[in-house]
Amino acid sequence: MLCDDCGKNPATIKFTQIVNNKKTVLHLCRDCAEKRGLKEAISNVSFSLGDLFAGMTKEKSDKVEGEKAEILCPGCGHSFAEFQKIGKLGCGICYETFSSQLKDLLRRIHGSNQHVGKSPPQLTPKMELKREVRKLREDLRKAIESEEFEKAAELRDRIRELNKGS
Amino acid sequence: MFNLNDLKEKLATWLDGSGPHPDLVLSSRVRLARNLKGFPFVHYANKDQLNQILVTVREGVKDFWPSQDGLFLQMDSLSDLDKDFLVERHLSSPGFGREREGGGLFVGEGEEVSIIVNEEDHIRIQVIKSGFQPQTAWEIADQTDDQLSRGMEFSFSERFGYLTACPTNTGTGLRASVLIHLPGLVLTNDINKVLKGVSQVGFVVRGFYGEGTNVLGNLFQISNQTTLGRSEEEIIENLERITQQVISYEEKARETLIKDARDQIEDKIWRAYGILRNARLLTSQEVMNLLSALRLGLGMGVISSLSLLTINQLLLLTQPAHLQKRLNRVIDAPERDLERAALVRKKLSKGEEDGWNVQ
Ligand SMILES: [Zn+2]
Ligand SMILES: [Zn+2]
Repeated sequence: MLCDDCGKNPATIKFTQIVNNKKTVLHLCRDCAEKRGLKEAISNVSFSLGDLFAGMTKEKSDKVEGEKAEILCPGCGHSFAEFQKIGKLGCGICYETFSSQLKDLLRRIHGSNQHVGKSPPQLTPKMELKREVRKLREDLRKAIESEEFEKAAELRDRIRELNKGS
Repeated sequence: MFNLNDLKEKLATWLDGSGPHPDLVLSSRVRLARNLKGFPFVHYANKDQLNQILVTVREGVKDFWPSQDGLFLQMDSLSDLDKDFLVERHLSSPGFGREREGGGLFVGEGEEVSIIVNEEDHIRIQVIKSGFQPQTAWEIADQTDDQLSRGMEFSFSERFGYLTACPTNTGTGLRASVLIHLPGLVLTNDINKVLKGVSQVGFVVRGFYGEGTNVLGNLFQISNQTTLGRSEEEIIENLERITQQVISYEEKARETLIKDARDQIEDKIWRAYGILRNARLLTSQEVMNLLSALRLGLGMGVISSLSLLTINQLLLLTQPAHLQKRLNRVIDAPERDLERAALVRKKLSKGEEDGWNVQ
């Protein structure tokens, strides 16, 4: 979704204002939001942990009955409040956008918010190498067990080579 | 390439009664959740994006999975009966192919490995093995994940691991479970104590086929609750350890039953056998509960030569969608009860003609 003001940048903030019982919703990029003087509201939102509506109430002119600014994910255009309603995040980038809220939430769900398991092989060539060596060691063990010594010698050489490269 | 109808006469290999402790642990399952980078998660993706995801996975699967070895199903083109049939075979979930368009399912030879596309996440890799072997199931899933990741980029962060639509799956995206038969603990009334212990160490216990509190056939599913902050190996090891413990409790309960109530237990088992051999109407719940008694009888050596394979076969073939697929038409519940009873009688007497000697 593009910014309602400039029409160029992706909207990253959803700004809701209620004036005289009429609700206006604006989707803005960060620059245009700052131009409109929402700067303070934005920084309040981005630094509040868990409480999204921290930037919501600000004393303004008496016509304004309520307003709030929400951060929108640049990947999918959804807000954290929408996630809280539906229970599903919008996209992978939501995890960066709402990282501080999610750190809290994930700790509550899992007792931890730091991944320690597998990573995609492309990201970790070293890990794939380790995996390969582990597999060759297993093959080596089997080869020795079944007395295939020629094969075992070959496997041993390959393991040595792989270990040298790492 | 085989088609969906080829599955109906076959038994999924995860029910073939092989592997360690197959009378107690029917199957071990591992599921990995993955999402493609550059697409919104399934709930927010439009039809076009869902289709692109499906095509991407299909291309990726082709690279390591020759088409003659697998089945590819587009969920949108399946009948309600076929969708139910896949749920009964543990290849799908009840809402899949119903809540949203664009779902796809790859099923490998013997139904051990399957890849589910556009369910809750873009990709779910599932491996089911017969008996108690979570480690083997994990190794196969790990390998399939590696192969799949060569042709596409997954949504992943160093901090949070594999990123999923629901934060309850974030991290490893791994759900490992065993399907376990615990009639001894149910009969000695120790089941709640044991299940409570299991849930206190971070595992979830559910009744078979997700029936919640109404546990059919004394079958329970034990699975890990959390997916982040522990490695895959650790999750699998913990599941194996806790399952091993539950197995030893069940074995102890059976010893107690033999010692204190041998006649009552034997009577229960033989009555179940009698009903299954002779009844004219059987509901699917009744069959599950009676088969549980037969399985117990086999495990305790009361019925000596009835095969586990037959019991597993009946467990699957008597499910509503399987009955209807077998007869090739949609039939209502009362007629199903009639057909179910006929099928059970036939299977059990055929066994005896084939030379089974039942005490
Ligand atoms: Zn703008
Ligand atoms: Zn997003």
